[in-house]
Amino acid sequence: MLEITGLHVEFGGLHALNNLDFTVEEGEIVAVIGPNGAGKTTFFNVVSGMVKPTEGRLLFQGRSLLGLDPNKITARGIARTFQNVRLFNNMTVLENVMVSQHCRTRQRILDALLQTRRFRTEEALVRDRGKEVLGFFGTRLTGYRFDQPASVLSYANRRRLEIARAMATSPKLILLDEPVAGMNPVESAELTQLIGKLRDEMGYTIVLIEHDMSVVRDISDRVVVLDHGEAIARGTYAEVSANPQVIEAYLGQTTDGS
Amino acid sequence: MTVTGKISAIRGAGPAPAHRRRLLDQDWPRLLRAGAVLALGQVFIALSGMPVSFDRRLLIDPVLSLGYLSLLWLPLVVGYWVGREQVLEGMAAYTRGGRDVAAGAIAGLLGNAGLTLLVLGITHFDIRDPLVNWSPQLLDILEFEESVWLGTLIWPAIGAGTGALGGGMHWAGSRTSRTTVTVLLSVFGTAVLESVITDLTQGFHVEAVSDWLYGPKRGLTYPAAIAVAATAVGVMTGLAAYRASPARDGRTTRGNGAATVGGSESARPAWRRMPTRRAMNLVLTVAAIVVLPLFLGRLTNELLANVGLFILLALGLNIIVGLAGILDLGYVAFFAVGGYSVAVLTSPGSPRFDPEIPWFGALFAAMLLAGLAGLFIGAPVIRMRGDYLAIVTLGFGEIIRVLLLSDWLSGTFNGAQGITNVPGVEVFGLATVRGFEPRSVLYLVLVFCAIAVYVSWRLENSRIGRAWMAIREDENVAEAMGVDTVSAKLMAFVTGAVLGSFSGAILSAKVGSVFPHSFAIIVSIVILVVVIFGGMGNIPGVIAGAVVLIGILGGPNQPGLLQEFAEYKILIYGALLVWMMLQRSEGLIPNMRRARELHIDEMNQDVWLRAQAAADDAHNEGGNPRGGRL
Amino acid sequence: MHKTTKQRTNVDWFLTVLRVTSLAMIAAGLLAFAAQIIDSNNPFARWANPDAISLTGEQFQGLVVTGLAQGAMYGLIALGYSMVYGVLGFINFAHGEVFMVGAMTGAITSNKLAEAGYWESSFVLCLMLVVALSVVVCTITAVIMERVAYRPLRGKPRLIPLITSIGVSFFLQNCVLVLLGSTVKSYPDLPNWLTDKRTFLEIQGSKVLVLAVAALAMVGLWYLVEKTKTGQAMRAVAEDAEIASLMGIDVNRIIVKTFAVGGAMAGVAGILWGLLFRSVIHTTGFLPGIKAFSSAVVGGIGNLGGSMAGGLTIGVAESLGPLMILEPLGVSGPSQLRDAVAFAVLIIVLLVRPSGIFGERLPSEERT
Repeated sequence: MLEITGLHVEFGGLHALNNLDFTVEEGEIVAVIGPNGAGKTTFFNVVSGMVKPTEGRLLFQGRSLLGLDPNKITARGIARTFQNVRLFNNMTVLENVMVSQHCRTRQRILDALLQTRRFRTEEALVRDRGKEVLGFFGTRLTGYRFDQPASVLSYANRRRLEIARAMATSPKLILLDEPVAGMNPVESAELTQLIGKLRDEMGYTIVLIEHDMSVVRDISDRVVVLDHGEAIARGTYAEVSANPQVIEAYLGQTTDGS
Repeated sequence: MTVTGKISAIRGAGPAPAHRRRLLDQDWPRLLRAGAVLALGQVFIALSGMPVSFDRRLLIDPVLSLGYLSLLWLPLVVGYWVGREQVLEGMAAYTRGGRDVAAGAIAGLLGNAGLTLLVLGITHFDIRDPLVNWSPQLLDILEFEESVWLGTLIWPAIGAGTGALGGGMHWAGSRTSRTTVTVLLSVFGTAVLESVITDLTQGFHVEAVSDWLYGPKRGLTYPAAIAVAATAVGVMTGLAAYRASPARDGRTTRGNGAATVGGSESARPAWRRMPTRRAMNLVLTVAAIVVLPLFLGRLTNELLANVGLFILLALGLNIIVGLAGILDLGYVAFFAVGGYSVAVLTSPGSPRFDPEIPWFGALFAAMLLAGLAGLFIGAPVIRMRGDYLAIVTLGFGEIIRVLLLSDWLSGTFNGAQGITNVPGVEVFGLATVRGFEPRSVLYLVLVFCAIAVYVSWRLENSRIGRAWMAIREDENVAEAMGVDTVSAKLMAFVTGAVLGSFSGAILSAKVGSVFPHSFAIIVSIVILVVVIFGGMGNIPGVIAGAVVLIGILGGPNQPGLLQEFAEYKILIYGALLVWMMLQRSEGLIPNMRRARELHIDEMNQDVWLRAQAAADDAHNEGGNPRGGRL
Repeated sequence: MHKTTKQRTNVDWFLTVLRVTSLAMIAAGLLAFAAQIIDSNNPFARWANPDAISLTGEQFQGLVVTGLAQGAMYGLIALGYSMVYGVLGFINFAHGEVFMVGAMTGAITSNKLAEAGYWESSFVLCLMLVVALSVVVCTITAVIMERVAYRPLRGKPRLIPLITSIGVSFFLQNCVLVLLGSTVKSYPDLPNWLTDKRTFLEIQGSKVLVLAVAALAMVGLWYLVEKTKTGQAMRAVAEDAEIASLMGIDVNRIIVKTFAVGGAMAGVAGILWGLLFRSVIHTTGFLPGIKAFSSAVVGGIGNLGGSMAGGLTIGVAESLGPLMILEPLGVSGPSQLRDAVAFAVLIIVLLVRPSGIFGERLPSEERT
């Protein structure tokens, strides 16, 4: 589904990503792990179009993503969340998931001004779809929450809303940047389960960056380990965690995660 | 406070026992600072010329002029401010009392000592050369036309008095102080607004009221002042009684319930979703707005027409600045495009385009041209950083003004002479709107304001409106969520430009002429102040901002209610903008989009989680926020 | 290095067209100008503007020197914008008014000195005194401004201090209006050696003086920023205020000093304005202020040398542009379009090189 070959990203002589090859098959959950500064988030930024690669090929469903604006990439079917939650804080919860359906809707300014049938049916669809997506997280983001500004949500709910917002773009591939960071163990376990459901029930392909090894172990089909912008290992969690190079670079330092 | 003191204060959680402090147990450094600020302020006001130029304008017939009022309000405010000592939660609570009054009095006394110095200064030195208001007239006013000694001694006394009054507001309790403020405001308001109230009474054919209220020198007479004060007290008491009555409580709850239910309906058009009560209110308001101009006098209609022009401009800028978050400082360009296109196309006095076309045709052309101008100005700036964008748009605004003024294009725009003889608006043969009939202009303006409000309201709750808000919140994320930020921002420019061109088109028909100097940068700035003052991104807020500011102070080239302040208008706009940003950057009516009250449990959970995350960061490593657990 | 090509949108095409057209216009204007210089009767010259009058060498030199002198003044003001932008990351819109306050101070004190008779008898001493006073007043104004209006807004989104500074700008302007009145204040007559044209290469003495003072101020600033401990601290704060404070630098103090130095430069520029134009009014600061900001952007904001170079660029462009580009293209009354030319330079530079001619130097988080 996603094929990346020979990806280079340089910031002023610094190699953030170095000759990275990466593939994701449809229906997979792939975890990207690595120490801080390994280039994980840069990798997401490149795939979502926010950073232009210096070199390399980026194919999504067989078509190149190079040179596309982020919004066009989202329209192709790649959505993402952010490591430091970035919601539209002064918009309501429902508006947050409505705005991210932008690239799936077609109404024009005149439709809104004239209240055409197209406008009304589309608004209703967008609203219902938004509620449906928020309903994925149980009752946490529904009911009176619809009309609350995103800024009043709790930290965990903001993370959930970010995922909901990504889902509302109707993607095929979701990039989750540390989805459980800052959550307590109970919430983290629950979200892990939900990520599994995202794939199994909603049919999304998922790439996630995660530091919490229990999450990685529980849900990922494959793991790719980045260090200094290079992929130093790939395979199942068991394979990777047994890889001496990985242990040396990284797992050897602490053992608490696994 | 020492560290141990702090710790003991924290340990003794819960409010400390309230105690009464002695009169002179004050925060002296703070008082001195307040006194110094007040002294500077008073001397500034005195030297700015307000006392002299407002001296003739009486407020309460023989005793108080606007000139003296300009020297009285600041000690009151400062007195109120120093009386309000911050009471940190659970640390030091004390009963409000004489100490607050004393603080106000001391600050007022110290501050007005500045005026004493000024009196002595003016008697002994002559520096009228740079300071134009360092004049004998000012001295006369400061001395009450008596002697130097009176002048030097009375001001600190007055300061102590007004300061004490300000400080006493805290002691008196909220009811009393609110009543006092209302009484003061209504008396001075009635006095200051003499011209417009006279105009109103004439409109309703009750000139007797204004004849009775105002003396020959435009000030309130004694009995009138007392009557106004009494009315104010009466209204306050009546309102308080109404608020306390159970009947109203029942209604508010029902109203809220209806609003909540209404919000979640779906596919029906918006007007059908509106709860009946709100619809009724809307109908009543519209009816009032339609009927009212018939009863208003020339002056008020003229004033409201000006306010309306600025409401149009502010709603347009609100789409660009308030919704899409683009700081456009050259908004006046679109105003100019509207004004000049209509003038060039309709006026027989314009040098080019001879077959003149009717106003509505010209309006269509103006909209088209403004839209194009929006694209042309928008496209180059759209990818720039916010602050570069501000300067470049300002540059565009200035370029357009310079071009209108230039000899080069004077074949079309007639240079500095401007275009005159712009005819009025023929409304489909039914009526003609002309500048010398302010009522007709007001109706025209109201129609376009209604259009602008409708457009803003519909767009705000549509796909493009949500995209604009997302861009305002976080442009990069909006882009990553599939919003085509470039075209959305361009659309904001175009929509704002078209709304601004309405205003220009009406202006040129209203005034009957356009000149380049009507479109100076200051117009952009005033519109921006209106939008910010009212509350960015909020339609009622923006309208309220325009009504309050343009209505009272007036636009850059239009007089407001306080015509006396014309000279000080821009000074006040500048100060207001700074003050707004420092104290209340969300504006008069903040843009709390359907915000419900915060839920305390969630907030607490949030705080706890953030503390956890921070602890984790500290545990793992410094730099990366919310770093790994591995 | 970039092997990836961007897919172009309509806006990109429009911008490319705009870039090409504006550069082509400039080129055409210059070519027509050259054609008129070489032979005012050749067909190209006549095609563009049959009535064009070409410049004499002397006029040309005069325009260049005037442009340079004004540009040096813009450059000095631009330094204040640039330093504040470098350290705090916002445009202090009110900086132009600080400059106006300087020019006003100069006008008032020099007139007082002239009344007392010192201005003619010991001009150089008086000028130094006037400059010193103006610098002091401007520094105080700038520091108060920072303390009252900007410090409470530290850490807010940067459009908030920008909007505040617009308010400060109009407030200051109108303070001067109500305190000092709306009449034009003129500077007393300058001694002959400054007004005559025979001092040096047929250049008016005052312009030479302006250039010399600007150069001196620039050297002083360079020394302060590059060689002193304060300058080192300023650069550290500009790079990353948080880290700098961890290194034991008092960030507030440094910011105050930055404003103070910027204010001092504006004070010097104010006197230069007085020497060049000999009159000042409360609105004097506005346009030069914006043009100075444009200079800072054109030179690359945060880059001190760039600011001065940008100032010179804008000064020369608005002095020569109307006659060298607009007039040959047949624009009548081109000198009226000076201000438009200055802003056009800003827009074109930002279109062609978004980070200025000499590149920006900005705090790390602004770069991305």
